[in-house]
Amino acid sequence: MAEQTAEQTEIRTTERAGPPGPPLPPEPAKPDSAVIRDALGVGIAVGLSGFAFGVTSAGAGLSLLQTCALSLLVFTGASQFALVGALAAGGNPLTAAAGAFFLGVRNAFYGLRLSSLLGYRAAVKPFAAHWVIDETSAVALAQPGRHSARLGFTVTGLSLYALWNLTTLAGALGAEALGDTDAWGLDAAGPAVFLALLAPMLTTTVERVAAGLAVVLVMVTLPLLPTGVPVLLAALAAPAVLFAEGRRQRAKGTRDAAEGDPA
Amino acid sequence: MSVWIAIGVTAVGCYLVKYLGLSAPAGLLERPLVKRLAALLPVALLAALTAQQTFSDGQHLLLDAKAAGVAAAAVALVLRAPFLLVIGVAVVVTAGVRALGG
Repeated sequence: MAEQTAEQTEIRTTERAGPPGPPLPPEPAKPDSAVIRDALGVGIAVGLSGFAFGVTSAGAGLSLLQTCALSLLVFTGASQFALVGALAAGGNPLTAAAGAFFLGVRNAFYGLRLSSLLGYRAAVKPFAAHWVIDETSAVALAQPGRHSARLGFTVTGLSLYALWNLTTLAGALGAEALGDTDAWGLDAAGPAVFLALLAPMLTTTVERVAAGLAVVLVMVTLPLLPTGVPVLLAALAAPAVLFAEGRRQRAKGTRDAAEGDPA
Repeated sequence: MSVWIAIGVTAVGCYLVKYLGLSAPAGLLERPLVKRLAALLPVALLAALTAQQTFSDGQHLLLDAKAAGVAAAAVALVLRAPFLLVIGVAVVVTAGVRALGG
């Protein structure tokens, strides 16, 4: 069995006609069908939530064309929800775009990790880049090697992009048919999406403190500052908490060193 | 028109950061502090956005049926409900409380 695995890995290595990338560890065999199943699971589940975006965007007053343009061209859910929320509140378009942009910055770091794993040629990267989001990165990074990572990335990206855009359209059309979307409780979809994205990130005290501080900052400044600015200000909770943590660790390090000093 | 400007700026900005990550030489953004900040920034933004959209109309603080819906979504998250169910719970509870006059 081990020999067979090694043989398959060998074949895959020779099949990789891609550019020279950093050498990858030998690829344990994972059946393509298993990769596709994982990828479709994520693509379909999250793709369906485009419906919530379509409804929210239409409820926020964006036209059908504007709503669909966002899903087609921006294609990163949290940024889209943030933008329509800020526009609905009457925020300045550039402040609204800034909040959406800062949320999208995390995708650059997914791209960095994916770059060596996927090893795409320079000509493919401009196209692959559009699909570099939470879900495609999660599926691709969970794969054991380049072949299954590329497969997982492509299947997740394709299924999610297709469904997200179709359900956005359906949601926007549905919202127009529903009339007052607030009466149906659909204005709660946006904050619920943010909360569902946030929850798995709250793994350690640092994240929880940053989240708590951000909430306090936005609540206190909301009545005082122009619309959209409080959220950007609350983003400062991230560097503030990192700075405080760095100081605390340095202080602890100094104390430990002093305690460990035999003198 | 201003909505289209916001859409255009967001689309271009979000695409460029995706492309930058995929094309940047490895190591450029690999400094530990930069990586930690990049991981923590969405936490702060998502928390702020959740609070703002739950407890305000964008400009003024308010407590209405949405708060009950989002609280129900939080319970669903603690119970490890799937993503779509969490959103569904928030919508249904908000609509229910509003129908009851909340």
